[in-house]
Amino acid sequence: MSLSSPWRADFPALAALLADGQTYLDSAATSQKPQAMLNALLGYYAGGAANVHRAQHLPGARATSAFEATRQTVADWLNAASHDEIIFTRGATEALNLLAYGLEEHFHEGDELVISALEHHANLLPWQQLAQRRGLILVVLPLDASGHVDLDAAQRLIGPRTRLLAISQLSNVLGTWQPLNQLLALAQAHGAITVVDGAQGIVHGRHDVQQLGCDFYVFSSHKLYGPDGVGVLYGRAATLQRVLPWQFGGEMLLQTDYYTAKFRPAPLGFEAGTPAVSSVIGLGASLAYLAGLDSDAVLAHEAALHQQLLSGLLARAGVRILGTPQTALASFVVDDVHSADLAHLLTEQGIAVRAGHHCAMPLLRGLGLPGAIRVSLALYNDSSDLERFFAALDQALEILQ
Amino acid sequence: MSLPAAAETALHTFSQPISWEQRARLLMAWGEQLAPLSEDERSEANQVSGCESQVWLLGESHNGSWQFRAASDARLIRGLLALLLVRVNGLPAAELRSLDLADWFTQLGLARHLSPSRSNGLHAVLRRMAEIAGA
Repeated sequence: MSLSSPWRADFPALAALLADGQTYLDSAATSQKPQAMLNALLGYYAGGAANVHRAQHLPGARATSAFEATRQTVADWLNAASHDEIIFTRGATEALNLLAYGLEEHFHEGDELVISALEHHANLLPWQQLAQRRGLILVVLPLDASGHVDLDAAQRLIGPRTRLLAISQLSNVLGTWQPLNQLLALAQAHGAITVVDGAQGIVHGRHDVQQLGCDFYVFSSHKLYGPDGVGVLYGRAATLQRVLPWQFGGEMLLQTDYYTAKFRPAPLGFEAGTPAVSSVIGLGASLAYLAGLDSDAVLAHEAALHQQLLSGLLARAGVRILGTPQTALASFVVDDVHSADLAHLLTEQGIAVRAGHHCAMPLLRGLGLPGAIRVSLALYNDSSDLERFFAALDQALEILQ
Repeated sequence: MSLPAAAETALHTFSQPISWEQRARLLMAWGEQLAPLSEDERSEANQVSGCESQVWLLGESHNGSWQFRAASDARLIRGLLALLLVRVNGLPAAELRSLDLADWFTQLGLARHLSPSRSNGLHAVLRRMAEIAGA
């Protein structure tokens, strides 16, 4: 059955890329943007840029209110209890670094930080480096064969010394939803702080942070059809109070003399310097666009397309899919074919997929693979994209096998 | 400055109007001509980091002219390495230093592999080559 995306025309880049001979199947790296977002960016700049939370003048007031309106939109999107629980950062990576520095003083030698074997470098390196700075123990939860965190092992490894659990919601390599409810409950039973990396998960389905019950939830705008340069850190108010400011300057303070300063509470105390005003406003427009879609229809379209991707891959001899992808993407290798060679020939044919370690080097190494090809889908993709991909894959394999 | 004979052949072959399939097959055929490296030579010290595939590069200077050998576990990269080696091997150090290798790959119709976003490692290989030749 041929699936066509009713939302494709809302994303002008899809037609432009196709005119350029490019089939875009790398949305897990970054997504294309809806016209609504482009309009918002143009509207902001064409109508008069200004800094936020500083000036009294009209452009400043307008920029500030548009900027803060996005904070409320994000809070609503996540069902946060308050817009004060939403901090804008430069990206998901920066949000995780903010936590690793801002929480540092709560951790002491021998304390344990728990992550999983499938973490993106963004949710590995901040904790790895924090562990090195403070003499902490980094505990890595192993995976089962399907690509989910092994809950039996987690039960053993999450214990009274666990101070923090930082875990991906949806794997950027394996496409597997992690058992967050069970993992968060395990961590919370020991009073640990919980951090969810929602960089991939946020793009597929709506997630309620109060229902999840995590202390922190992190995502980046650019994967969620928004501009780059913006990330979101949701922090539950009570836990957010335990985070110290980590970058200093600009309007994040209440008062200062030359030698001491007193800082604002969240969120502004964590937003030192001029934020990415236009990008935040653009994110608001993207979320408003998404909120206007029939989310069940989006999920159903993505699921059906994902099935086509999986069955097409499985139908080809020698193709091995990594884990058991549930949503949006699939990574694969082909027996006796180097993924760098395959990537090379897919690129020659205008297929934009990701090749390599996907910013999860230890995971790929653990699977015994130097790299893999990842195909990732978004709501604007349709069967025609997959048909072009599979035709190119067959051509490439004919040359390489 | 005249081209080494093998480089002339490469230039003649790759500068013809050819399809991407032909170019890929040619690259792989050139890659098969690389003299293999021994197990010892495929060492961590000889490995070029920053490549998607594993690449090893060794170089020696004989009477003032450079001889490089290289290997990779990826076939198309092997082809790129072969095309690199035919251009540089036998050159005196001074000539090697002044050689515009980006221009060489552009002449071969392979400039794309030197674009900054490529992580296939040809950039890293050239950097390592310059290090070896400069040492």
